[in-house]
Amino acid sequence: MLRLNNVEVVYDRVILVLKGMSLEVPEQRIITLLGSNGAGKSTTLKAISGLLKPERGEITTGSVEFAGERIDHRGPEEIVKRGITQVMEGRRVFDDLTTEENLLSGAHTRRGLAEIRTDLAAVYEYFPRLAERRTLKAGYLSGGEQQMLAIGRALMARPRLMLLDEPSLGLAPLLVEEIFQIIQRLNRQEKLTVLLVEQNAAMALTIAEHGYVMENGRIVLDGPVAALRENPDVKEFYLGLTEVGTRKSYRDVKHYKRRKRWLS
Amino acid sequence: MAFFFDLFVNGLMIGSMYALVALGFVLIYKATSVVNFAQGDLVMFGGYIAAALVVLYKLPLAIALPVLLGSMIALGFIVERGVLRPMVGQNVISVVMVTIGLSQVFQGSAAMLWGAQTKSIPLPIPLEPYVIWEIYISPVNLVAALVSGVFLVAFAWFFRKSRMGIAMRATANDQQAAMAVGINVRFIFALSWAIAGLAAALGGVLWGNLIGVDTQLALVGLKVFPAVILGGLDSVPGALVGGLIIGAVESVAAGYVDPYVGGGTKDFLPYVLMILALMVRPYGFFGREIIERV
Ligand SMILES: Nc1ncnc2c1ncn2[C@@H]1O[C@H](COP(=O)(O)OP(=O)(O)OP(=O)(O)O)[C@@H](O)[C@H]1O
Ligand SMILES: [Mg+2]
Repeated sequence: MLRLNNVEVVYDRVILVLKGMSLEVPEQRIITLLGSNGAGKSTTLKAISGLLKPERGEITTGSVEFAGERIDHRGPEEIVKRGITQVMEGRRVFDDLTTEENLLSGAHTRRGLAEIRTDLAAVYEYFPRLAERRTLKAGYLSGGEQQMLAIGRALMARPRLMLLDEPSLGLAPLLVEEIFQIIQRLNRQEKLTVLLVEQNAAMALTIAEHGYVMENGRIVLDGPVAALRENPDVKEFYLGLTEVGTRKSYRDVKHYKRRKRWLS
Repeated sequence: MAFFFDLFVNGLMIGSMYALVALGFVLIYKATSVVNFAQGDLVMFGGYIAAALVVLYKLPLAIALPVLLGSMIALGFIVERGVLRPMVGQNVISVVMVTIGLSQVFQGSAAMLWGAQTKSIPLPIPLEPYVIWEIYISPVNLVAALVSGVFLVAFAWFFRKSRMGIAMRATANDQQAAMAVGINVRFIFALSWAIAGLAAALGGVLWGNLIGVDTQLALVGLKVFPAVILGGLDSVPGALVGGLIIGAVESVAAGYVDPYVGGGTKDFLPYVLMILALMVRPYGFFGREIIERV
């Protein structure tokens, strides 16, 4: 459904961040993209959704194909219309707008008020807490509610593919679980394809089918999640486990040594 | 007491006309973060077009008005596309300088096209004041207040309730997130300028009718600054309240103080208020407290 071929992204015309990024997201799957801070995960999603421009980023080579057509160098509104919506890192709800206005803004590219109303009701069904707070300004919602709102807002565009950038960021474990369950339900019930970027690898690897690991602007590893969970590098760097299964300090020298091998 | 209310009520009506001009300014600032020093000149240009259509080309009002509104909407669009869009991402001072440059271009081209001498916009409004409870209400002020009021209410509805209004507020709130939901941010920018052009067209007719049309008409734009500083640079209700306050205060103060000082109170008191407001509450009564964008 979505395919990135050898994509390079440059910020400010000089800072090369994606260095030949390739990945594939088949229809109706949940695919996860893991990687440490600064690896280029968010940049990858923005390259797909057309949101690089306001950050002065640009795809210089490679292609992004969605449903058989190239979508790189298309504007974000065109990409939303084609069925891809991104839930940006850090939630980014419109805090001056009410919960309901946020959701309605998500349907901006659509016509047909009746259908939009139906979808609004459907979003409230997935996120009952939002229904209770529909007239409250989004700025006053809790972090978890804001994340739900960000996902709900993206759903209002009726996407076929949702790009989720660290939905677990800053949320309590229980909430993270709740949100991941909803993502799974959306995938099954609404036939929503998901590309999930996560720091919380343990969680991501439980709901996804296939995972990619990226370092320094390119994919270094990919496979079915079961295989990734058993991979010693993934275990150590992303699941925070050593071979004997104990938590490991990130300051460990070995961590950097092993990382280096991936970089070269 | 009747004297006070007389000044106060007529001041509020004048204030609604300030609000009309201030609305355009606030809208542009809110949506595009551009401080538009040419807002008063847009009003002047609207006044000039109105005077030209009615006096020079002798069009009946029923035709002149739609033509005026249409051309000012178009002017707003063109200014955004042609002048401000290429400036996106430049620093604040450059953008401010561009709007100051624009204001001179508007004044110069209006004078060149239609002459510098003062013109009047004859509107079919009676001159005899209405007297209600000993308050003298000038019909011109009343019509101005009604037109401004209707426009402001219609705009408020559009901005609060319509989907495009929601998109405008979303864009003002977080541009990149607005793009992420598929809002065409460039269109929103152009739309903000078009609406500011529309408000300026109405302001041009009303103010032009009140004080005559020449390049001096652009000076009403200067009263917009105290109004928007009081109300909050990025607040639409603030523009309304700020405009009303400035109108009422200058009218009352001029009525009581001018006889002793020989006039001029109107011209400086709003700015005293503005300076005080900046010292006490820099983000205005309704503005967002986060003002790092200014
Ligand atoms: N607008 C920008 N201009 C210049 N460099 C940028 C810009 N945005 C990101 N970068 C750089 O690109 C690299 C990748 O950033 P990106 O945000 O894609 O990483 P990430 O994998 O999402 O990290 P995190 O897990 O911290 O969110 C970083 O080194 C970052 O400094
Ligand atoms: Mg990121």
